[in-house]
Amino acid sequence: MTVSRFWRKIPHRYNLIGTHCTNCGEYYFPPRQMCPTCRRDGKIESYQFEGKGEVITYTVIHTAAKGYANQVPYNLAIIKLNEGPSLTGQVICEPGELEIGTRVRSVFRKLGEESEKGMIYYGTKFVVE
Amino acid sequence: MRDVAIIGTGCTKFGELWDRSLRDIFVEAGVSAIVDAGIQGEEIDGLYMGNMSSGRFVEQEHVGSLIADYSGLASKLHVPATRVEAACASGGLALRQGILAVASGYADIIVAAGGEKMTDVDLDTATDALAAAADREWEGIMGATFPGLYAMIARLHMHKYGTTSEQMAAVSVKNHHNGTMNPIAQFRNEITLDTVLQSNMVADPLHMFDCSPISDGAAAVVLAPADVAKKYTDTPVYVKATTQASSPISLHDRADITTLDASMVAGQRAYKMAGLTPDDIDLVEVHDCFTIAEICAIEDLGFFKKGDGGRASEDGETAIDSSIPVNPSGGLKACGHPVGATGIKQAVVITEQLRGTAGKSQVDGAGIGMTHNVGGSGGTAVVHIFSRDR
Ligand SMILES: [Zn+2]
Repeated sequence: MTVSRFWRKIPHRYNLIGTHCTNCGEYYFPPRQMCPTCRRDGKIESYQFEGKGEVITYTVIHTAAKGYANQVPYNLAIIKLNEGPSLTGQVICEPGELEIGTRVRSVFRKLGEESEKGMIYYGTKFVVE
Repeated sequence: MRDVAIIGTGCTKFGELWDRSLRDIFVEAGVSAIVDAGIQGEEIDGLYMGNMSSGRFVEQEHVGSLIADYSGLASKLHVPATRVEAACASGGLALRQGILAVASGYADIIVAAGGEKMTDVDLDTATDALAAAADREWEGIMGATFPGLYAMIARLHMHKYGTTSEQMAAVSVKNHHNGTMNPIAQFRNEITLDTVLQSNMVADPLHMFDCSPISDGAAAVVLAPADVAKKYTDTPVYVKATTQASSPISLHDRADITTLDASMVAGQRAYKMAGLTPDDIDLVEVHDCFTIAEICAIEDLGFFKKGDGGRASEDGETAIDSSIPVNPSGGLKACGHPVGATGIKQAVVITEQLRGTAGKSQVDGAGIGMTHNVGGSGGTAVVHIFSRDR
């Protein structure tokens, strides 16, 4: 991913900042400029998520994505945040500790890196609560 | 709107075609389809080409013009050529654009083709190009891979419905068996449940043999108004439905992760458009990029109750001699999955089946067939229904 594409989402990635529609009450992460529920009528404002949620489903990745080879095997999960929206993220824990329904909380961690001299990505991962 | 028919088909071999280029295989498939239809270049009103990522795979964009040129259709005839992209559903969507052009009356004869050359780059680059079909900024950056996303679908399907690794492996065993009867297939060898279950884990619970391969290949069909189709061929195949649906591109944004609701909706729209039900379909080519994807597809398209797809696969209810043969070609798993070509190849397979020329994999009395082509983890789905009778 290019530097600018990563850079402009840093507040959202580092602090789990999404959006909240004050019209229908729904929360969104990643942030939306338009409310997918009310569409044109939505009134969107910034919202910082608490970062706590539950594992909906997960996998253990053995064949890594580009730039993630040194983390193999790693846990990847879909996490439903307490406020409602779901997101994809890594969960740091021992194999076997992760199950559907496991409660997790967000932590700030290194996500990956482009190459030895390339950009290092930071952002949100999760640990078992 | 006019009725539309397929009057010719062409397909290259699928596999690792290291001695062939993207333009070679596109032209080979296109020329075979034109010869099959018995038409002249002058009659062609347009080309639609499904291609997902030639920029990444062969560092070439603008493949519409490129293929028109190398097909001999650009310099004197100036035939319009349009590239269509919807990740792994690019081929199905190119077919749909071609059908819409003929149905609208804007064009008469259209060649709809699809192709991808994936083996010119190393595996890491190919995997990364495929990962671009998911949301790069919110899935890819977290370390998600394509098998990883489908593995999460599989995990939840197992949790909710008791689907097992053996049931998923049965899909792969069946598709490899069907592939042995398909002369263009990338893999033409039988495998066992153990082959699948003992292969390397790619993304738990998906093993290597739960995944479709990296492939090269191209396919093409020639479309004409149904009214004149018999002028070209004794065995035209009629388009009864062409539908498409979208869903959130990120898996985490779906209401139910075990349902590809774009497939479900595209399927329902297709049944409505054709005035048919799942019971009327004699055979189907579904998008089995992973074994769990075939299980979801046969549920989402209404052939089996939600949650029953794994058991049905294990019990042989999707075999060629069953009431709903699924992927008689060997599917993406055994036939190969050159991403942009897949949706067109599915239409070629169904056309051969409805013409009664499918050889050893022929489904007895095939009259109505369906194709189901998915982009990404389900952000796009394209469904077609074809019939031997108008
Ligand atoms: Zn709203």
